[in-house]
Amino acid sequence: MAKEFVPNIRQLPKFMKEDPGILPGHRACAGCGCAIILRQLMMARRKPLVIANATGCMEVVTTIFPYTAWKTPWIHVAFENAAAVAAGIDAGRNKLQRSGRFSDDPDVSVDYDVVALAGDGGTYDIGLQALSGALERWHNFLYILYDNEAYMNTGIQRSGGTPFGAWTTTTPVGSKIKGKPLTKKPIVDIVVAHRIPYAATVSPAYWVDALKKFRKGLETEGPAFIHAFGVCPRGWRTDTKDTIKLSRLAVETCFFPLYEVVNSEWYLTGPSLTIAKNPERKKPVEEYLKLQGRFRHMLLPENKWMLEKFQELVDENWEIILKRAKNV
Amino acid sequence: MSKRGWQEIPIAGIPFLESTEYHTGDWKVFRPVIDEQKCVKCGNCWMFCPDSAIEWDGESVPKPNYKYCKGCGICAEECPAKAIEMVR
Repeated sequence: MAKEFVPNIRQLPKFMKEDPGILPGHRACAGCGCAIILRQLMMARRKPLVIANATGCMEVVTTIFPYTAWKTPWIHVAFENAAAVAAGIDAGRNKLQRSGRFSDDPDVSVDYDVVALAGDGGTYDIGLQALSGALERWHNFLYILYDNEAYMNTGIQRSGGTPFGAWTTTTPVGSKIKGKPLTKKPIVDIVVAHRIPYAATVSPAYWVDALKKFRKGLETEGPAFIHAFGVCPRGWRTDTKDTIKLSRLAVETCFFPLYEVVNSEWYLTGPSLTIAKNPERKKPVEEYLKLQGRFRHMLLPENKWMLEKFQELVDENWEIILKRAKNV
Repeated sequence: MSKRGWQEIPIAGIPFLESTEYHTGDWKVFRPVIDEQKCVKCGNCWMFCPDSAIEWDGESVPKPNYKYCKGCGICAEECPAKAIEMVR
């Protein structure tokens, strides 16, 4: 068993300066939460990464021709097959390692980690079958879902990841419907149902927790899945400076609990474990909602039922996780 | 006509310039200014900057790189010592 990775804020800047992984100058919106997730992934590297990136925000902003923000091998693939391409990269690596074709070439390394990177559209909706297939074939890769809860780069259309009541351009707020009438898809439950060795949720505000989970996901032999919470100031109608505050509030209100699932055993981690032990620390969900323009209609007095329903959904989800967690 | 193999297919769409050549700094309205006296060197601004625009060696006072800073204000919001001010 390898020594546990403990991120150190004094050493990380040197590591990132030598080998940045992702460069500044990418064209993500100001205050993009997903760009922070990418940087934190780069901080948690142990080997070089090969990244298969599905179409989505992070693909669009990092590689606007002829510029690229990646300092690591990277391939852009279609929405539906990020996991399939990552599976192919994994198979290729296995073949090269087994045949020893480049074993005497000092310029070529076949020792690397494979990462599939996709947004919520590319995971919840379009890429789900490729993801399911790759998990079932037990490929050794890490799948990172950066969840900004709608198709942000095409103009804020609703996706399977959009929460209840959120305004998007395809679920507008009017007299017939008020935001998305349905709930968020429990993607981690779906993934864990494949009995994979590692799955986790990550919020960039708790970076020590996040870096540890990224490293664990990369170290896992077999498929690993990480659900990262990416705040989108543009689509959520929030202030750019509130990105980290919102990532923190999402965890504190238990809208997005932090946990990991190791071999189908659930463990709460970090702040969520603290909240599970001291339930009085759980904040009302209103604090999280009132910062966001997409939930503005829910705070009006005539829509009080929506706020109550949102709280009910969050509580229900939290109870389910509390029941499953082994360390509470 | 001879058969075409995979080696003859042209390589498509490879970005060849580093994005550091594209300066996103002109997007901003407010720029962060760090007060060296107040700074406790915790590294929060460096950790939470989406644009890698805070330059830091892990020990001294961090320095914002205005070439890439988009002026989002996360660093000023997350600074525990309130040492960063957003200046127009």
